[in-house]
Amino acid sequence: MSNTIVANDLRKRYGDVNAVDGVSLTVEAGEFFGILGPNGAGKTTTLEIIEGLRQADAGEISVFGQSPWPRNPALLPRMGVQLQASAFFERLTAREQLRTFGSLYGVPGRKADEMLEVVGLSDKADTQVEKLSGGQAQRLSIACALVHEPELVFLDEPTAALDPQARRNLWDVLRAINTDGRTVVLTTHYMDEAEVLCDRVAIMDHGRILRSGAPATLVRGLDSAARVSVASGVMNADEARTLPGADEVTDDEVSLTISTRDAPKVVAALAERGALEGVQIKGATLEDVFLDLTGREYRA
Amino acid sequence: MSSFKSLASAMFLGLRRDRGALFFTIALPLLFLVAIGGLFAQQSTPKSKVLEIGSVGVVDQMPAAMRADFGKSFKVTRISDRNAALEKVKKGDYDAALEQVGDQVVVHFSAADQVKSGTVQGQVNGLVQAANQAASGQAPKYRLRAEQVEDKSLKAIQYITPGVLGWALASAGMFGASTTLVTWRTKGILRRLRLSPVPIRTVFAARVAVSLGMALVQTVLFIGVATLPFFGLKLSHYWWMAIPMVLCGVLAFLAIGMLIGAWAKTQESAQAVSQMVVLPMAFLGGSFFPVDEAPKWLRVVSEIFPLRHLNDGMLKVMARGAGPASVLPQLGILLAFALVATIVAVRVFRWEQI
Ligand SMILES: Nc1ncnc2c1ncn2[C@@H]1O[C@H](COP(=O)(O)OP(=O)(O)OP(=O)(O)O)[C@@H](O)[C@H]1O
Ligand SMILES: [Mg+2]
Repeated sequence: MSNTIVANDLRKRYGDVNAVDGVSLTVEAGEFFGILGPNGAGKTTTLEIIEGLRQADAGEISVFGQSPWPRNPALLPRMGVQLQASAFFERLTAREQLRTFGSLYGVPGRKADEMLEVVGLSDKADTQVEKLSGGQAQRLSIACALVHEPELVFLDEPTAALDPQARRNLWDVLRAINTDGRTVVLTTHYMDEAEVLCDRVAIMDHGRILRSGAPATLVRGLDSAARVSVASGVMNADEARTLPGADEVTDDEVSLTISTRDAPKVVAALAERGALEGVQIKGATLEDVFLDLTGREYRA
Repeated sequence: MSSFKSLASAMFLGLRRDRGALFFTIALPLLFLVAIGGLFAQQSTPKSKVLEIGSVGVVDQMPAAMRADFGKSFKVTRISDRNAALEKVKKGDYDAALEQVGDQVVVHFSAADQVKSGTVQGQVNGLVQAANQAASGQAPKYRLRAEQVEDKSLKAIQYITPGVLGWALASAGMFGASTTLVTWRTKGILRRLRLSPVPIRTVFAARVAVSLGMALVQTVLFIGVATLPFFGLKLSHYWWMAIPMVLCGVLAFLAIGMLIGAWAKTQESAQAVSQMVVLPMAFLGGSFFPVDEAPKWLRVVSEIFPLRHLNDGMLKVMARGAGPASVLPQLGILLAFALVATIVAVRVFRWEQI
């Protein structure tokens, strides 16, 4: 398969902040690619360099085999972009907005109206954009990115403001797009979303990609693949640490949690001691990978 | 629909729904015109209001040729009650009362307003002289011809209409362009449009087209109101040359507005700078009073403002009856302003807020 995006050692500095500090990645045609990372990790900056909105200080970037910088009109019709901050024409209704954006790509009005349906905004068609709720505006912004059926779609935290229904509906829309053979690149803070949607993810922090790969591969690579927890008090933490297979033990006074690479062995040991009250076994998720890589402290 | 057309209609809709902007660009200048024009309309017809007690021969048996002139300066009301008439003059309701006593024409006046009573006396005196002269049956040897020293066509409304219109176009153009550009940048519309395949010059061309359309609407409204009989604007033969004048003027104002918008970081600074340019430009450029009467140095300084040249050209074609070719220098100067400001604006232009 051909590579839709090839980035090599991209760098971007803002003053003394290394917003992007040596990012290399490739996205294949038809791939669903996710960029994960804490606030300020450099996700938006990376995306905007790929889209051609910002110039990298160093490194090479090619999209469909061409350079997106300086503004490359040959690439633009093939890409659809939803920016992190929605931007609309002032005082237009949702329908007028979408039709205007559509017309920039030669999309007929009827097609634009269909797109409104796709993102569930039909009954807000005649509402001015200033009067849409945050999530509705977000959906309109996504619709504007998809209206011309681009081959390559960039979505910067598309589900950040969405309610659970809208979020799942959007997943369906994106999956359908991807199944059509189109390439999707998104950033998100929702690990479940990345796990459900993405063929491959890159976890970023401090402007660098820390790890990338298929979500399942990343999870399997974790030291502690599972966590077994029982009600707090059925066993004390020190005793738990002596159990066969136990790696790490924490007790938060609600539950006693044992991290392990061998969940069956730990459960068997707990059963022997009659300490199975409230037992739960959780496989590690992408979230564990994320926290393992980026730490648990707040970021600036 | 082409990108250009759909962008233009999107911008037009956005503008039409902006009540505040419409008020400031269209309604407020019109109110200005009505207020100033109304003021001068009243001033320019100071008729003497006189009462005619019973029948006064010099008034009633005036030859038709004289009556037309007479009607311009007198408004005569007949009354039979002499005492009531004198009372009305005393109260100041009328400027004078005329009465015929034998062969004498008596002018009753009040000393309260000496200017008015003096005027009436002079006018009635003239009337009596004319009647005497007519009675003698001889052709008059000397005649009086009164001539105003100012340009005859320049009744106040004649220079106020193009002047206030010029000011209206300048503020609509400059505020419109500067704040639009800042809004597009701060709200991220510029960077969003940068990602669409439409060239940025098409986006700007659409905005310029909308502004030119609005300017024509403003012009039509202004001329429409000013030509109402009450205001009395008389359009001279080549008035339609006002249309290319307006278009070139607006191009110049838009370009300067774009330059301000390209430079300014915030809406507030864009507005402040626009105001700092528009206000002095309107006063020195001759929008509110004719610059011809200003001192020479001021006239020279005012040449740096495009509005001065727009006003000059508009006066020529709308009021002074000059031919289309006479405003070619003004059209050229305005286009040069537009070109230079555009070139600088393009250099200052930024896509991103930061
Ligand atoms: N225009 C800019 N000027 C200066 N610094 C910037 C600019 N844009 C981003 N930065 C800095 O670059 C770093 C990366 O920002 P970026 O927006 O790429 O993060 P992000 O991963 O998208 O974060 P978030 O999850 O909050 O959207 C941050 O430290 C930010 O402060
Ligand atoms: Mg971001």
